[in-house]
Amino acid sequence: MSVASNTLAMEVDDRASKDGRNDRMFRWAVTAAGFFVLLTLLAAGLSMFWGGREAFQTFGFGFLTSTDWDPVQQKFGALVPIYGTVVTAAIAMLIAVPISFGIALFLTEVSPTWMRTPIGAAIELLAGIPSIIYGMWGLFVLVPYLGEHVFPWLDENVGPLPIIGKLFQGPPLGIGMLTAGLVLAIMVIPFISSVMREVFLTVPTRLKESAYALGSTTTEVVWHIVLPYTRSAVIGGIFLGLGRALGETMAVTFVLGNAHFLTTSLLEPGNSIAATIANEFTEADSPLYLSSLIALGFLLFVVTFIVLSIAKFMLMGLKRREGN
Amino acid sequence: MTKSLKLSIAALALAAGFAVTAQAEDITGAGATFVYPALSKWSADYNKVTGNQVNYQSIGSGGGIAQIKAKTVDFGSSDAPMKPADLAQFGLGQFPSVIGGVVPIVNLKGIAPGAIKFTGPLLADIFLGKVNNWNDPAIAAINPGLPLPDKRITVVHRSDGSGTTFNWVNYLSKVSPEWKTKVGEGTSVKWPAGVGGKGNEGVAAYTKQIPGSIGYVELSYALVNKLVYGAVKNKAGKFITPSIASFQAAAASADWKNSKDFFLVMTDAPGADAYPIAATNFIIMYKKPKNVARSRQAREFFKWVYANGDAAATSLGYVPLPPALVTQIEAYWATNFKF
Repeated sequence: MSVASNTLAMEVDDRASKDGRNDRMFRWAVTAAGFFVLLTLLAAGLSMFWGGREAFQTFGFGFLTSTDWDPVQQKFGALVPIYGTVVTAAIAMLIAVPISFGIALFLTEVSPTWMRTPIGAAIELLAGIPSIIYGMWGLFVLVPYLGEHVFPWLDENVGPLPIIGKLFQGPPLGIGMLTAGLVLAIMVIPFISSVMREVFLTVPTRLKESAYALGSTTTEVVWHIVLPYTRSAVIGGIFLGLGRALGETMAVTFVLGNAHFLTTSLLEPGNSIAATIANEFTEADSPLYLSSLIALGFLLFVVTFIVLSIAKFMLMGLKRREGN
Repeated sequence: MTKSLKLSIAALALAAGFAVTAQAEDITGAGATFVYPALSKWSADYNKVTGNQVNYQSIGSGGGIAQIKAKTVDFGSSDAPMKPADLAQFGLGQFPSVIGGVVPIVNLKGIAPGAIKFTGPLLADIFLGKVNNWNDPAIAAINPGLPLPDKRITVVHRSDGSGTTFNWVNYLSKVSPEWKTKVGEGTSVKWPAGVGGKGNEGVAAYTKQIPGSIGYVELSYALVNKLVYGAVKNKAGKFITPSIASFQAAAASADWKNSKDFFLVMTDAPGADAYPIAATNFIIMYKKPKNVARSRQAREFFKWVYANGDAAATSLGYVPLPPALVTQIEAYWATNFKF
């Protein structure tokens, strides 16, 4: 009896020490993985800052506020690409977020079960299409249509309006920031909607059924049960789409027009940070030119960071209000 | 039996493999995209005849110059010639490889290729955004009888840096003082107007998509894609349709004899039948290379190209160098490339 209990105690002891060791190793492994992200981010940011230091030294703060981009005179400024990046991403999110909501809610709450699989598969397929295909589709299909039908109508009917009209004046080229925003929207919809669909499915049926039992309509269930329950995950999905929209290169280059002009009109061509780098990197033949392009890369980093931080703060504000 | 046969075949293959690697050393080059089709055709033909391989990477003129300076390739290639002072500083030499040309293309209904005419100053004014409608009297004056619409002109330029752009804006700088002071020349410039497409294909696609647009591409690209190109008035006052013959006339009339290190941009050539926006591609090599054997092979390759590559170049829409120029290049080699 006492012998048996002794061996048991020894076994437990042995196990405990082994478990402890394994646990420590596991902890180290996951910590390393976590820090790897931080390290990569820091290394990428620092090396781009270092590469762009010549541009920052030469132009100083003016690099951020200048609209100049003149390779002949060696004068570079980042305002036009920054503006283009932010505006196209904003248009994309304005269109993509409501549509993605619709898709995800339809799939989880409204649609008959047999339709869920084909539509879900279609979304995943859309997410897998390479961006250059979206770019070509935008240029060869969307651009002529917008240029012939939509842009002239906008210019004539919305253009004369006060304030908002400024956004929709211009020659109907079909190429421009609005087109780029539209293509980006279509590209990010699969990302946002598939994340939303996944998280909407995690809402416990118990909660929804209780609400229905109390006489709620589907709309009420969505607004008062599904959305509050999944809010932070939904916003995570939107961030994912926003990140892609800010950094997208190929598709934007095809339809944006790549012109270094600052204009209020969404119908006019513009430029984005990623498109500028992709276009001009190979032939950037002076150190200052190359440095300016790398500095642009660093600024894209900063812009993404700022946009995501603002979104995070908004989320925190939302949570605080809810607590009250 | 079969086993020994297999073995002997394997041994033979191995021996052959060794023989090839020992004999042929691959030469490498990098630079302008403009010559890539010609260079790869020449390289394939050269490989059939001699068994030697030439690998060319079309990374752009700026990249080509950077790579040869970094000594990672045996030859670099650029659409803009390097200045003799820069060449001397790095101990480099340069010579022309092949000739092409840049043509204006338009998207206007009912106008046939070559039917619309431009002058250099008019092209400059259009690209400056000063002439911005197709019914402008300046266009009508030199195109009597052409149905020019009341349509806004949209300029399409390259969004990436390019030798094509270099030759185009070099010409505009030569013929328009205003262009020279306001914009200047380079592989990429600050465009006063218009939209930018990536590569010849990007410019062609934008021009096709935007009614009333005008762009510029290499002739071979315009011919293959059946784009509507225009004729341009040359220095001698004649309107010249871009063609292999008119590029050849430009190359023949350019003053190569008095150029140092072939530093000459062929635009606005003086010949009576010369097309004014003809362009030359240049090959850049070290005068005292690190790897003598490979540089010698590279030189042999271009020697072979000048002797045997004309048909291949012409079939791709390029223009071979005039014989006098080839003689001058071989003399240049003899004095500068002593390896």
